Amino acid sequence: MNNEITGAEIVLKSLAEQGVEVVFGYPGGAVLPIYDTLFKQNSIKHVLVRQEGGAIHAAEGYARSTGKTGVVLVTSGPGATNVVTGLTDAMMDSVPIVCITGQVPQHLIGSDAFQECDTTGITRPCTKHNYLVKDVNKLSSVFHEAFTIAQNGRPGPVLIDIPKDVQFASGTYEEKNKIIIPSHRLFEPSPDFEKNKIEEAVELISKAKKPIFYIGGGCINSGPKASKLVRQFINMVGSPVTMTLMGLGVVGSSDKNSLGMLGMHGMYEANMAMHECDVMINIGARFDDRVTGRLDAFSPNSKKIHIDIDESNINKTINVDVPIIGDVKQVVEKMIEVWKEKKFKIDDHALKLWWDKINKWKEVDCLNYNNEGKQIKPQYAVQRLYELTKNTKTFITTEVGQHQMWAAQFYKFEEPNRWLTSGGLGTMGYGFPAAIGAQVGHPDALVVDIAGDASILMNIQEMSTAVQYRLPVKIFILNNEYMGMVRQWQELLHGGRYSESYTDSLPDFVKLAESYKAVGLRAKTTDELDDVITQMIETKNTVIADIWVTKEENCFPMIQSGSAHNEMMLSKDQKQDKKSAEKGKILV
Amino acid sequence: MNKSVYASPDQVSETKRHILTVLVDNEPGVLARVIGMFSGRGYNIDSLNVAEVSNDENISRITIVTHGTSEVVSQIEKQLLRIVPVHSVTNLDQEGSSVEAEVALIYIYISDTNKKKVYQLCDLYRARKIENENNTTVFEIAGASERVNRFIKEINEITKVEIVRSGPVAISSIQKNEEE
Repeated sequence: MNNEITGAEIVLKSLAEQGVEVVFGYPGGAVLPIYDTLFKQNSIKHVLVRQEGGAIHAAEGYARSTGKTGVVLVTSGPGATNVVTGLTDAMMDSVPIVCITGQVPQHLIGSDAFQECDTTGITRPCTKHNYLVKDVNKLSSVFHEAFTIAQNGRPGPVLIDIPKDVQFASGTYEEKNKIIIPSHRLFEPSPDFEKNKIEEAVELISKAKKPIFYIGGGCINSGPKASKLVRQFINMVGSPVTMTLMGLGVVGSSDKNSLGMLGMHGMYEANMAMHECDVMINIGARFDDRVTGRLDAFSPNSKKIHIDIDESNINKTINVDVPIIGDVKQVVEKMIEVWKEKKFKIDDHALKLWWDKINKWKEVDCLNYNNEGKQIKPQYAVQRLYELTKNTKTFITTEVGQHQMWAAQFYKFEEPNRWLTSGGLGTMGYGFPAAIGAQVGHPDALVVDIAGDASILMNIQEMSTAVQYRLPVKIFILNNEYMGMVRQWQELLHGGRYSESYTDSLPDFVKLAESYKAVGLRAKTTDELDDVITQMIETKNTVIADIWVTKEENCFPMIQSGSAHNEMMLSKDQKQDKKSAEKGKILV
Repeated sequence: MNKSVYASPDQVSETKRHILTVLVDNEPGVLARVIGMFSGRGYNIDSLNVAEVSNDENISRITIVTHGTSEVVSQIEKQLLRIVPVHSVTNLDQEGSSVEAEVALIYIYISDTNKKKVYQLCDLYRARKIENENNTTVFEIAGASERVNRFIKEINEITKVEIVRSGPVAISSIQKNEEE
């Protein structure tokens, strides 16, 4: 037939029809036909990373900063196994990704061929869905379904494994609108499905005396309109609101109702308010263990409303009173409607007393730290970074550890999609490639990876990528020569035995940057800090800013493992009681 | 419930046996997805049965016997529904009424001394002898697991046996309208 094209061409055509502008990838034997087709076209840009793990985090950063689906293209065997961490990360944090892997030709599958692995077998638990495409004529429908599944309901990664012979074979292309996906394969909430629950929830909120909104990453995944609606509804109620690590930016940090982040390293007032509230409204969060602390002491006296698009999150760890399954923007829009329609109003007097109490907790000033001396405190470094970038369109990514928590505590986010961090999986090495992806999606914005000296080394090879594509990503290293969070736990729970958490023989980060033809800067004292940050922002090139911070600073406040929201530790002088410390030690 | 890293509050309900019937698209890897979910999340599978039940629509029915508190089993159901090729999950214990059966094939070591007893017992349980080319004594018994258990227990007291069981399959016995 005349209209037949090769499998590789079908791949590119599907991506183009799906509106894909950029693919992050790394070539290899089993994807050569696709790379050959890529070479012959101009509509889709390819970003060549230096290790496949970098490709998938870059795709995550791209997806989370733009709201589009991130696309990854890697080869069979090691190419596929190197993306497993990123797939798991995207699964945990609900990031829409389509990952294309090459596979050995079908007649070699199962023969332990060169660079063969059971890719669909390995990635089954860390993808929303995956495919091994054996028939070239099914390739386009698989791609269109894959994109839909990646974005539909709770977003997540989808993997398509394509044997090399299928890439060479000829077949027909089917357009997106000709593909019918059976409804059971998707999540399709009907708008009126949860009407009664929504009314029940709104009435419960209207009767609350001590309400609190607990906002998660689901609000960001639901799109920018969801954040607007959530802010609007919270304003109508006048209730305090706290956000998870993934939800930062849904309500602006400067919003009068915002108590900031909650959880293990969250704000004292936010955790206390969660503990003492009478009605908790969870929107798009999943009662993660970093948030709840000890379950049997979690918000003991509240009625709980839980809005989630993923039914399996309902009653998974915390039993709730009013579960609502649905998309945040649809549900909250309906809630606002009901609130207006029924002319609900919250008890002003009770609310004032509640705010008075919260303001008392605020006086504890939980983020307070000792900022004496010329040595740079990591908290201060983040504060200065915020002050000097707040008027610029800035995206912040992080690696994982102390610096991540300081970034979450001290950088103020006013908008959704500006904060990209690995929450669920806690992947060190996430932040730099994610920053590359965010910069690709927003060429004119300032993108800063707040990093630690240990984390940054996990994907440092991507310096080469950043420089090649002239991506002016800034790496802001809070350098304490330790795996800081590991060291902190060892100090608090393991008698100060710093087993393997000190990094000897760190590279000279300035020279490292220069060797990649990037710019390296260093600040050793508080006097140098502002200049270094300003210079970093003004440099139109990839920059590593090596910020030497005090080495043994701990991240507080902290709910230690095994403790409850109202048992926060504000400094290291305040010891956890022995019994719960012992119990907590075995936890993560 | 409470699959959290933190200590769980008091258990709410008692552990019970549940039969789940899962309708899935009959596509490669679907069984691995289902059982992988069980092992990955630490749930139990007591028995498992899979077969295609509709040729035209390419749908298979997976019957899983599991045990757990109702909170755990409800979480299992919800996790199963997240799997893309899963059409539906039915907990037959919550359906009200259902019929279940399984098949066991039993190779019975027969001698002149026990022959009579064996045949009597097989008659009693309506276990059917399966003719085969070697003329060995292989019996088939079908029915509720309880009944099969009893038969096996009794035959074991008489002689040595080898057993293979299918694990139960089950179906809701509630009256349904045809158009559904």
